[in-house]
Amino acid sequence: MAGTLGVRASLSLIFQRGRAGTCPDRQMPYVLHSMFLGLTDRSWLWIAAACYLAGLLLGTWSLLRGGRQSNARINAVIAAGYVFQLLGLWVRGKAVGGCPLGNTFEIFQFTAWSAISLYLVVGVTFRLSLLGYFTSCLAAVLTLVSLAIPAWDASRRAHIFGGNPWIEFHAALALFSYGVFALLALTAFMFLLRNYSLKTKRPGGGFTFLPSIMDLDHMSVRLLAVGVALLTASLAVGAVYWLRDTSTVNTAKLHGTGTIWAAYTAVLGLRLRGILVARRFSWFCVGLFAAALLSLWAVDRSRHEPTPPPPAPAVSR
Amino acid sequence: MSGDHLFVLGATHHSAPLAVRERLSLDAAAADALRLELAGIPGLREFTMVSTCNRVEFYGVAATPGAVADVQARFCARQQFSPAEFEQFRLSLADSDAVRHLLEVTAGLDSQMLGETEILGQVKEAYSAAQERGHTGPVLNRVFQKAFQAAKHVRTNTAITEGQVSVANVAVQLAQNIFGSLAETRILLLGAGEIGEKTAKAFQSRGAAALTVASRRLERAMELAESLGAFALPFWLMPVKLDEFDIVVCATSAPDTVVSLAAAEAAIRKRPARPLFFIDLALPRDVDPATAGLQNVFLYNLDDLAKIAAENRAAREAEIGKCRELLATRADALWQHIEPRLASAAGGNHVSDRRAESA
Repeated sequence: MAGTLGVRASLSLIFQRGRAGTCPDRQMPYVLHSMFLGLTDRSWLWIAAACYLAGLLLGTWSLLRGGRQSNARINAVIAAGYVFQLLGLWVRGKAVGGCPLGNTFEIFQFTAWSAISLYLVVGVTFRLSLLGYFTSCLAAVLTLVSLAIPAWDASRRAHIFGGNPWIEFHAALALFSYGVFALLALTAFMFLLRNYSLKTKRPGGGFTFLPSIMDLDHMSVRLLAVGVALLTASLAVGAVYWLRDTSTVNTAKLHGTGTIWAAYTAVLGLRLRGILVARRFSWFCVGLFAAALLSLWAVDRSRHEPTPPPPAPAVSR
Repeated sequence: MSGDHLFVLGATHHSAPLAVRERLSLDAAAADALRLELAGIPGLREFTMVSTCNRVEFYGVAATPGAVADVQARFCARQQFSPAEFEQFRLSLADSDAVRHLLEVTAGLDSQMLGETEILGQVKEAYSAAQERGHTGPVLNRVFQKAFQAAKHVRTNTAITEGQVSVANVAVQLAQNIFGSLAETRILLLGAGEIGEKTAKAFQSRGAAALTVASRRLERAMELAESLGAFALPFWLMPVKLDEFDIVVCATSAPDTVVSLAAAEAAIRKRPARPLFFIDLALPRDVDPATAGLQNVFLYNLDDLAKIAAENRAAREAEIGKCRELLATRADALWQHIEPRLASAAGGNHVSDRRAESA
C-alpha cells in the first residue's frame, strides 16, 4: 500500500513543466523539471548511455579474451539501455509536448535510439555476429557525446512542428531514417574490417567473429534501401507543407537534407547497377553517415545564429 | 589398498609410431570379438574400448591387478603382438590419473591435431557401444558422462577449437568468411590431383554442392567429377566460364600461370558485387599474384594457407594451460566423487553378471 502511494506520489510529480516563455527567435532556454520516479530525463538518458557503454566494455573484454561474444548478454544490456533511453525521451517528450527534436542533443539522442530500435529487430532476426557490439559502441558515442556537451542542450526551439502532427511525423521519420543509416554505417564498417582482414591475410584474432563479406553486403544493401525509402517518405510528407509556405523551412536544412537524400539515393542506384560495390560502396556508406551527422549539427546550429538584419533600403542619389 | 581400481591401458600416437599403431588397430569385427573375450575376464567389472587411428585404449574398473594384466594379454594375443614389445609403447594409468587422461582425450588435448573435435564423437561412440552391450556400470557411466560435459565446457570457454589447423580446412574457413554458407556457392576445381581432391572433399563436407572439375585431361576430370558427384568442364572453356564460379581451387601442375590477371579482371567485371575467391594450391602458382589487387577478389596461395594454419595451431597451443587447469578441477571433483564408490565396491557385479542380469 505504502509502495503504491509512493509510486502515485512520484507520478504526480512527473512532467512539471518549467517556464515556457516565448522568445522572438523561438529559441527557449531549456528549463524543464520533468521527472519520472524521481529522476530527470537527462538522468534516464545518462543511465541509458551507461548501459550502452557497458555493452561496449563487455564486448571489448570478450574480444580481448579471445572468446566468443555472448549475444544474449550484449543484447540484454542494449535492451536495458533502450528502455532507459525510451523513458528519458518520453519524459522529455511529455515535457515539451511533442517529439523531442528541438536541439542537437535531442537529435543525437533520437538518432541513437532509432539505430538501437532497428538493431533490436535486425540484430535479433539476422543474428549478425558483432553487430550488437558495434551498435552499442555507436550508441555509447552518440549518447555520451551529446550528454557531455551542455551547450547542445542549453536551449531548444519551441513549437517546431507548429502543432501539426504531420510535420512531427515527417521529422521523426527523417530522424528514424538517420538511425537506419547509422546501422548501415556499422555494417559497412564491419565489411571494411572483414575485407581488410581477408585482403591482408589476417583472418584470425578479433576478425574471426565478424560475419561474412556476403552477409554484411546483403545487410548493407537492405538497410540502404530501407533508409532511402524512409527518408523519401519523410521528405514527401515535408514537401507537401513546404510547398504551401516555403518560408517555414530553413534553407540550410532544406539543402542539407536534400543533399543527403540525393547522395544516399545515388549510392543505392549505383550499388544496384553494380557500379559502386564492395569496399568503395562501404566507404561511401560510412562517409555519408558522418556527413549526415555533420549536416544535422550544422543545420541545427544555423537556426541558433542570429538572423542578419534586413538590408538597408537603397538610397537614390 | 583394497577396493576396485579405475584404469586406462593402451597405446597412443605419443609413444607408438604409425607402423606400430597400424598393427594395434582393431577393425569392427576384431573389436567385437575382443569385447566378447574381455567381458569374460574375472575381476573386470566394467570396460570400454576406444579405438581410433591415433589410439587404442581400454578404460575399465578392475577388482584385481590381475584383471588389467589379463586385458593386456588378451589384446596382445589377438593382435599377435608380443607383450614385451607392447610394454615399450604402453600407456598405463590408474585412478585419478586415468580420469584426468580421459577428460583430456575427450577435450582433444591429447589428440595429434590439438583441439580437434572428432575425438569427442569417437569416444561417445565407443562408450555407447560398451553401454549397449552392458559393459559399463555406475563408475564408467559417470566418468564418461562427466568427460563429455568437461569437453563441452572447455570448447565453450577456451579457444582450443578455434581456427582450422589443416590447409584444406583453412581454405574452407576462408571461403565461409567470404560467402557465409557454402550451400549456394559454385566451386571450380582446376586440376585433378590429390591435394585438389582433398580440398574439394573438405568443401563438400561443409555443405558445398555445386562442384565442377576442370583438368587438361578431360577424361581425368570426368573420372574425378564422377567420384565427387560433380560436373566436368573442358579446360579450354575455363577462362570464359570463370565468372560463373565463386570459388576457384587451383591445383594443376602447369608450369605457367593458368589464371591470368586479364581473365580474373574479365570475370569480376561480369559479377562486380559478388566476390571471387582463388585458392592457389599449385607449385608453381596457377594464379597471377597481381589478381589479389582487384576489388572483391581474394587470392590465397599455399604459403598463405600454411601460415594461417600454423598461427591457429600456435593459438591452440597457447590455450593448453588454461584447458588443463579447467579439466584438472573437474577431474579432481569427479575423482573425489567416485573414489569412495570404488573403495566400497569390492564384491560388486562383474561385466558378465551385469550382462546376465540385463538379459
